[in-house]
Amino acid sequence: MEQLVYKKPDSIKDDFKISFCPGCDHGTAVKLVAEVLDELGVREKTIGIASVGCSVFSYDFFNVDIVEAPHGRSMAAATGVKRSKPDKIVFTYQGDGDLASIGLAETIHAMTRGEKVTAICINNTTYGMTGGQAGPTTLIGQVTTTTTSGRKAELSGYPLKISEILKEVDGTAYVARVTLDSPAAIMNAKKCIKKAFEAQIKGLGTGFIEILSTCPTNWKMTPQEAHARVRGEMSEVFKPGVYKDKVSEAL
Amino acid sequence: MKREKQLLKGNYAIAQAAVEAGCQSYFGYPITPQSEIGEYLSTKMPELGRAYVAAESEVAAINMVLGAGSTGVKAMTSSSSCAVALMQEGLSFIAGDEIPCVLVSVMRGGPGLGYIYPSQGDYYQATKGGGNGDYKIVTYAPASVQECVDLTYKCFYVSQKYRTPVCLLADGMIGQTMEPAVIGEYPYEEIDQSDWALDGAKDRKPRFIASIEREQEALRKRVVKIFEKYNKILENENIFEKYETEGAKLVITAFGSIARIAKAAVKLARKNGLKVGLFRPIMLNPFPEKLVAEIAQKVDGILDIELNCGQMLQDIKASIANCALTIPVKFYGRPAGVMMTVEEIYKQIENVYKEIVEKKYGTACI
Repeated sequence: MEQLVYKKPDSIKDDFKISFCPGCDHGTAVKLVAEVLDELGVREKTIGIASVGCSVFSYDFFNVDIVEAPHGRSMAAATGVKRSKPDKIVFTYQGDGDLASIGLAETIHAMTRGEKVTAICINNTTYGMTGGQAGPTTLIGQVTTTTTSGRKAELSGYPLKISEILKEVDGTAYVARVTLDSPAAIMNAKKCIKKAFEAQIKGLGTGFIEILSTCPTNWKMTPQEAHARVRGEMSEVFKPGVYKDKVSEAL
Repeated sequence: MKREKQLLKGNYAIAQAAVEAGCQSYFGYPITPQSEIGEYLSTKMPELGRAYVAAESEVAAINMVLGAGSTGVKAMTSSSSCAVALMQEGLSFIAGDEIPCVLVSVMRGGPGLGYIYPSQGDYYQATKGGGNGDYKIVTYAPASVQECVDLTYKCFYVSQKYRTPVCLLADGMIGQTMEPAVIGEYPYEEIDQSDWALDGAKDRKPRFIASIEREQEALRKRVVKIFEKYNKILENENIFEKYETEGAKLVITAFGSIARIAKAAVKLARKNGLKVGLFRPIMLNPFPEKLVAEIAQKVDGILDIELNCGQMLQDIKASIANCALTIPVKFYGRPAGVMMTVEEIYKQIENVYKEIVEKKYGTACI
């Protein structure tokens, strides 16, 4: 007897084109978000916000309505969508440069207002699309095209810990940092993403997920080495875990 | 609401008209001289079950408008000068996205922080813009509280009909003036937005609203399409005021609050036997070049009057140069701070009239 064990989520387009580099975690992250939209049965009432960076091509994959926001402004655009259409499910899909650097004000204030939206942040410690420059999350010592001898705190400060900041913001209902470096980690990430959407659906506040992701092209690593880096030095600085969970508390 | 005459302040007139027009979502940040708009809507919108959000910045406000507008609702923000400057990125995206929305810009003095005095120093900002790429912000300039009402309606209608951002360009003088105005039901038809707006991909393919376009030819075509829209807007939605231009030898060009003072000066000039008229473009962008050229062909000269250092002046000159006319175009203006009086403008009219029409002076008088 035939049994269906795996299928493309409906929330991924049939004619999707993947534009991410080999070994990049974006593909897995997109798939997990799509699976969650499917499982929650909300695809047909979802509006996504595409940001600027590698995530701008979200509309190539997500089988939902999408509006593009200028660099960093996704959470403001999400606010506009949700306040105008409160019955829709609204999410942003942003990089760390977009959400935590140029868009930090929009991020914190939207979450302070407790906007009933979900924000997914891909943290890969670099500006991927523009070729690997230092960003807000670049680790101390990390070599990038603008920190050629490694990031030095005295010159360019410290990596920004966005989940730790956002858990302190009163309007967030769910904050978690996850990785995608093993099957178990991927399963866990999906559970967390689902909760970040449930925070919105239950009207508890903003759901936020920070995904520690690979950027093998700019890190100049193999996919295996890149995942080892996520498990190693990245997870040491950016500790994975659930930082805030009003969703479980509400149950 | 039933049509009725009320004693209204310009800013409240704009806010009330926005409500009457069916504005569903307002996002704003306080700045003088337009803060009454947000104050009024902060109470009124929630009462009506509509959205009011006190944005954390004008950068956020315009992007909230972008998001709201993408769902097809009537969305608006209001601001002033140095803060409208912060919205230019968002406006460029909104224009490229073809999202309808209304921006109310109540000009104050600049550059930089300037001060809260009335000014027309943001004609360039509104009509030429500071955002990147080829686009226009359709712009209407009120000269009375009544026009604050009527043009707010018009801005919503044009924005929805042509899927484009539209600016109501008022100034501190109009925003703070109280006078009677008739306010009533939104007079325009509702434009169906359901064939493009985002409301969830139910029983249809997903939609994507964006300014990004990876294909060269598609990017070119998009801009061409947007500009064809501006031509249609100029053709169908242009409004202006002509006063005593028939038989005039000198025509005054002015917009907004200054045009109102200039009109009084033109009346005085007529009373004193000077053949002077007034042309007031109400739609400033796209600029009615042909109309200006038509008027210019019948007069000996033009005197442009603005509360700035000569911004619309450049569009007047270009309109005349485009049809190879060589009549003199004089300018009387001043930066923000002190409003002009009727007498001051009249004196300028008299001097220019003598120089150009009676040819009594050999050199420019201003």
